[in-house]
Amino acid sequence: MSEKSFFLSSSIGKKISMGLTGLFLISFLIVHVSVNSCIFINDGGITFNAAAHFMATNPLIRLIEIGLFAGLILHIIFALLLTLENKKARPIGYEKINGSANSNWYSRSMGILGSLLLIFLVVHLAHFWIDTKIAVFTGKADKHNTFNEMKEVFSNWYIVALYLIGVGSLLFHILHGFQSAFQTLGLNHKKYTPIIKKIGLWFSIIVCLLFASMPVAIFTELIK
Amino acid sequence: MSQGNMNLTLKVWKQKNKNEKGRFETFDAKGISPDMSFLEMFDVVNEHLISSGKEPIAFDHDCREGICGMCSMYINGRPHGPKQGVTTCQLHMRSFKDGDTIVVEPWRSAAFPVIKDLAVDRSSFDRIMASGGFVSINTGNAKDANNILIPKYDADDAFNAAACIGCGACVAACKNSSAMLFVSAKVSQLALLPQGKIEKRDRVLNMVKQMDEEGFGNCTNTGACEAECPKSISLENIARMNREYLKASLT
Repeated sequence: MSEKSFFLSSSIGKKISMGLTGLFLISFLIVHVSVNSCIFINDGGITFNAAAHFMATNPLIRLIEIGLFAGLILHIIFALLLTLENKKARPIGYEKINGSANSNWYSRSMGILGSLLLIFLVVHLAHFWIDTKIAVFTGKADKHNTFNEMKEVFSNWYIVALYLIGVGSLLFHILHGFQSAFQTLGLNHKKYTPIIKKIGLWFSIIVCLLFASMPVAIFTELIK
Repeated sequence: MSQGNMNLTLKVWKQKNKNEKGRFETFDAKGISPDMSFLEMFDVVNEHLISSGKEPIAFDHDCREGICGMCSMYINGRPHGPKQGVTTCQLHMRSFKDGDTIVVEPWRSAAFPVIKDLAVDRSSFDRIMASGGFVSINTGNAKDANNILIPKYDADDAFNAAACIGCGACVAACKNSSAMLFVSAKVSQLALLPQGKIEKRDRVLNMVKQMDEEGFGNCTNTGACEAECPKSISLENIARMNREYLKASLT
């Protein structure tokens, strides 16, 4: 006979929740980077503003946005629960640890990378999301010019630097997170795991290079 | 002392009992042959300590041929020392250089309390094994060996999982002190075979529940366990256990 423990309170249940919410957040990155890439058309932000306006006002996108925040909050809550348990599992640490002998530094630093991402995210939302929300709820969405806002924000070199740190953290976070999520969901196969790892690697690099090039291109006025 | 013998400094964790707070102590290991195993080096050090009226260093060991899973030293920041695919008893002093300082610690985990010095209590592993229960086997006359056909790949995977000696290096190596590699190997070796399939649902639920109750940490897929495992148990087993657990939880 098995005494079933509540799925979400079990270690594997929490891990699977981390993996699923993580993959969901990764799917958002695809949408985000696609919409933002409209600035590379370099038409003074006409295409980008149209896309941003659609994203800010479309009811279906609004609904998914609620899901996105729920996913983010769950990802953070499970991360905190798991981290606390992990700290409790080793009350006395080692004097000497040779971590690089058996694992990648970024796979051991998901908590720090995630915390950096969260700090970046708060700053990022304060820069763009809040203003857009105010514009939408006061009925000024048509006049809201997100492209001009981008130009203003990215005229400061230290904000550009902060964004690069944020995107760098993202790169290493999903470099481990992407393939880790599939392993957690039980997908480990001699044929498919190397493919998943390659997709994760190129996904992280391409998405993060695109994101990083945006503030840099605006700061250096390659995009006007 | 013959030519080529080594002199080493050991920085070893000393702890009187489970409740006392431990500390590091430094010992000299003189005239150590490079052909000695790491445990034989400890034997030499202990002989010197005993003959000079001091207390020897307590450490776990049994078969000294890499199959029992008793030896459990965290050497210079790695379980079972710097070599891959070996236990501490299979580690030789030629892996070190004359004059080296070697830091030796016990496995660190809330689920593996220190008994004395370098010896830890791993009965939490036994309780996980016990929670896995039994396999149904018809008694009576011995059956023909090939009565139940098993695909070669399944038999190989099951055998590789069964190579786990339960030494606890996976827990010691994991930054979260997770026992997922051990438990997944034990779940896999039976779930892969027809004889173990009958109880596989209850087995995975009960073993994971016991693992969580023992206070092990959670897996973050760093892969440190697989890299440090003296029997090279694969991460595929963890994925298999996750699948089994998910299936068992949903049904």
